[in-house]
Amino acid sequence: MRSLRFPTLFNPVASLQTSKLLRGRERSARRPEHLTERRTKPPVVELRQATKVYPGGHVALDRASLRVDAGEFVFLVGPTGCGKSTLIKMLIRELEPTEGEILIAGRDISTLSSDKIPYLRRRIGTVFQDFKLLPSRSVYDNVAYALQVIGASRAEIRTKVPDALRLVGLADKVKSYPDQLSGGEQQRLAVARAFVNHPPLLLADEPTGNLDPATSVGIMQLLYRINRTGTTVFVVTHDREMVDKMRRRVIGLDAGRIVRDQSAGMYADEESTREFAARVREEMGVEETGY
Amino acid sequence: MSRIIFFIAEGFRALRRSAAPSLAAIVTVGVTMLLLGVLIPVLQATSGKTEEVRDQVGLNAYLYDDATPQETDELASQIAAIPNVAEVEYVSKDQALAILSDRFEAKDQSDLTEQLPGARNPLPASFKIKPDDLDNLNTVRAALTPPGTDGKPKPISPIIEEIGESEDEAATITEVTGALKWGLIIVAALLTIASLMLVANTIRLSIYARRREVEVMQLVGATNWFIRWPFVVEGLVCGLIGGLAALAILFVGKETVLDPLAENFGLIKAEQTIAFAKLALLLLVVAMTVSAIGSGLTLRRFLKV
Repeated sequence: MRSLRFPTLFNPVASLQTSKLLRGRERSARRPEHLTERRTKPPVVELRQATKVYPGGHVALDRASLRVDAGEFVFLVGPTGCGKSTLIKMLIRELEPTEGEILIAGRDISTLSSDKIPYLRRRIGTVFQDFKLLPSRSVYDNVAYALQVIGASRAEIRTKVPDALRLVGLADKVKSYPDQLSGGEQQRLAVARAFVNHPPLLLADEPTGNLDPATSVGIMQLLYRINRTGTTVFVVTHDREMVDKMRRRVIGLDAGRIVRDQSAGMYADEESTREFAARVREEMGVEETGY
Repeated sequence: MSRIIFFIAEGFRALRRSAAPSLAAIVTVGVTMLLLGVLIPVLQATSGKTEEVRDQVGLNAYLYDDATPQETDELASQIAAIPNVAEVEYVSKDQALAILSDRFEAKDQSDLTEQLPGARNPLPASFKIKPDDLDNLNTVRAALTPPGTDGKPKPISPIIEEIGESEDEAATITEVTGALKWGLIIVAALLTIASLMLVANTIRLSIYARRREVEVMQLVGATNWFIRWPFVVEGLVCGLIGGLAALAILFVGKETVLDPLAENFGLIKAEQTIAFAKLALLLLVVAMTVSAIGSGLTLRRFLKV
């Protein structure tokens, strides 16, 4: 019964039909108009035959090509070890492709000199799988660090950090340290830090891994809200159920190869963040958590 | 400007956070500086003494009392023409007596020269000959007394009564102090290298403990220098504290041990040694530079992501 109620994305037709039946609403077969318009600009992310072979011969990514346009919300799904994290690491040039090109905003990032890499990373907010918080800094200072790095003024830091923390619902934890936070709170802190300087591209590596469904919906709602401000959001996950509910573009990765890229027909109507969260919660059968 | 304040604040924050490794670094820097602070003056004192002694070494050509001024002048130019002779000084009979009289005075002994019968001066006039290098002493001596027709050494001038080495014991002292000096230089060099490695290692440990933090900073877009500056500040502060601690100990040691001793022992009272203020400044600069560069450079390997 579960598969009926929560059709997998591997069956888009069933998904569409079931969804129509359940929700009783028409869905657009095309991506929203504002996304189509931006196709003339260079894509925010573009992979051209990108291949990554680790020392020892393990092929993590095998001639992967894809493009993500400005304002899109994209899921990258696939089983563990399929190369998802490798792909994320290559987008911020933590790793370099063995072959092929990776372009961010039309620029091949492998041509960047190493002293320019920090500037690339400042334009990309990254939510790491293991959060990568600074354990010796408070919640406030963790978020502030991302601004200090880009040379923001104190006044800017004083306004933007509380804003970001309010957005993720951690306004009352500013003085706590990362080890005093729950997993979900740490995750949201990581999102706040990634988003605090409003980067044009937000990468999230397993942002809902190990979180309960209610917290996961909260995180996804947060990412959706960020996406609606115009930020391109790229989420890596194996939480297929969540992906189905989000109804966004999905790129499937298996053994380093892109096995599918579904965008047409996957987009839900323009929803407000509240509508989105309400729908996903309802579909997943979880209670509202309050942020 | 706000950046500089930020880096300084970050440096002090790191010091507070990693108190134990920082303390280790401070102690190491302190011990090294203490060692240098003792070794530098000791080295200077020994090399100063050596120079003093070397200065006195030379040859004396004692002259017969009946040498005429003309013969004396002639000999002076003859000696000056010998290769490797750096300096020729004529010491008249009166001057020789005055020097002897001064020596008695310096030793607080009664001036025996005053008791000479009829104010007769028994000392000969002489030429003090200094070779350009101590090693050429024998060459100069051979030139002064070339082999005569019978094969025995014969002075180049008939007015020379005898060739004597000014201070035979001086040569021995020179050899001993020379060996001592080299020994000290080697010990100082080894100790300095060992302590520098110790400082570098201590700093590396403290940075290694924070390598994950450094990695995170890089991943959120911090430039290498943005990460490095707080570490440099931290190194500077460690160097400053360690250096000051060493100086405090050195100062106390100087005041309580060295200065009272110096009043009794001439060797310690070597005037050529560095002034304390100058030494203090040198040590502080060295301590701060070494630890700042140490932490800045050590970080390099962790910055390669």
